[in-house]
Amino acid sequence: MAVLVIAEHDNHALSIETLKAITAAKSVAETVDILVAGLHCYSVAWQAGGIDGVNSVLLADDESYSEPFAESLAGLIAEVGGGYSHILAAATTTGKNILPRAAALLNVGMLADVVSIESEDTVVRPIYAGNALAKVQSLDSIKVMTIRSSAFDPVEAPDVDATKMCEPLAKIAELDVVIANTVSRLVGRQAVVSERPELPVARVVVSGGRGLGSKENFALIEQLADKLGAAIGASRAAVDAGFVSNDLQVGQTGKIVAPDLYIAIGISGAIQHLAGMKESKVIVAINKDPDAPIFEIADYALVGDLFELLPELIEAL
Amino acid sequence: MKVLVAIKRVVDPYVKIRVKSDGSGIDNANVKMTMNPFCEIAVEEAVRLKQQGAVTEIIVVCIGGGACQEQLRTALALGADRAIHVDAEPDLEPLSVAKLLHALIEQEKPQLILLGKQSIDTDNNQVAQMLAALARLPQGTFASKVVVESDIVTVTREVDGGLETLALTLPAVISTDLRLNEPRYASLPNIMKAKSKPLTTVTPQVLGVELHRHQKVIGVIPPPARQGGITVASVSELIDRLKNDDKVI
Repeated sequence: MAVLVIAEHDNHALSIETLKAITAAKSVAETVDILVAGLHCYSVAWQAGGIDGVNSVLLADDESYSEPFAESLAGLIAEVGGGYSHILAAATTTGKNILPRAAALLNVGMLADVVSIESEDTVVRPIYAGNALAKVQSLDSIKVMTIRSSAFDPVEAPDVDATKMCEPLAKIAELDVVIANTVSRLVGRQAVVSERPELPVARVVVSGGRGLGSKENFALIEQLADKLGAAIGASRAAVDAGFVSNDLQVGQTGKIVAPDLYIAIGISGAIQHLAGMKESKVIVAINKDPDAPIFEIADYALVGDLFELLPELIEAL
Repeated sequence: MKVLVAIKRVVDPYVKIRVKSDGSGIDNANVKMTMNPFCEIAVEEAVRLKQQGAVTEIIVVCIGGGACQEQLRTALALGADRAIHVDAEPDLEPLSVAKLLHALIEQEKPQLILLGKQSIDTDNNQVAQMLAALARLPQGTFASKVVVESDIVTVTREVDGGLETLALTLPAVISTDLRLNEPRYASLPNIMKAKSKPLTTVTPQVLGVELHRHQKVIGVIPPPARQGGITVASVSELIDRLKNDDKVI
């Protein structure tokens, strides 16, 4: 078994999602290799080299990899990945963008969003928005997969500290493969400016549905979210009614979240919505209809008029 | 400019799916089927680009059994000009779908290829990227905004932590995210008109594509069920439970 993990990083340190993908990789083989591609990213390679169980770090440091372009990185992965039995990356938007392209270049299939690795060729992955789990066996010589980070714990990695990095690690192998990208270029990047955490990574999510009645009333959701430091979500009914924009939609066709606490307010609990939040650790539902389907999966049900209960809740926090 | 849109026939997202008791898969006999929601967004974007004058022809493609002609007719009613049905097994793997689409774009030479970012049945999120790889084209995945200007398409992408805008040299492959647009409904006159729009059927053999299995589904099981919860009597009881029992606030 030779396993290659594709590192995601900010040219300074490895992402937490990559540290989780390394845990998954170590369940396949005792030692793994890490591919670090970027520009001026020696500290990432140094950090990767210091992780227990890392055999060697392949470092591709070039202008071509200054941004994680799929066109360059998939080409690089296909170039260096041919000798490996497994190629893993985290199932982030970057991993999902790049890895299928690399798999196709290698003429192999891909296993997306793996939640459990059963054996060297068999994994478990959710399908139908998590409403079913499929056990899938890869028949390819190279198993390419993205790892769902909520399913694995991170490995321990050394802190990146410039004073400790004077000694280059023997296990860093610098690559001279450069895959240029002439067909796409970065125009700009816009980080989310919201004070609130982002939906997919928030620890607490407060979601509103049709029961809020109007866009103005949705302010109650915002107040509660601010009290809890939570991200805001919405059901499709609330989006369709124009209360909020559709990037806040939680559900099968929207965002899929699994926070520690999910509070569903004025949401009946259509299957489509449940698919996007039922992996949450604790679910609270506030609804005036005691027969609302949301109560079937809620850990705590509060039955009553949300216009009375919400101000009380905001006040009490 | 010619646009090719790939669509998929899937179980309606509002259907509560049932895992077969023998663990062989999902029971989708007599279940309502529909166009994958992300594919609807791709069709809508193609139609809007045509309305803006950036696009002259929209070709819509669906791969699967004969029943997927129903979804092709829907796309024609929404504004596509002609349809191609690739008659193949309905559950092909993403790489096989990408190979078939690749053969089609060699034939049709579209400037833009639009797909949904993922299908809501298999949740793979792979076909667009694989197609772009095989065709050696630039890719703009998870698009929330698409602007075509002469030989460049500018794509704003939904990435973790925000948005990123790329300029791609045409021809290019784009996959659509939820925020890109709100798909229209087909009007009755357009549904009638769609019946007379051209729909051709080809096979993988005709396209010269040989398909292989890369994966085998060993079993499908339902996810672990959640434990039923309790009804709390008041806001203060709720806060107490969340604070002291679960320690989540």
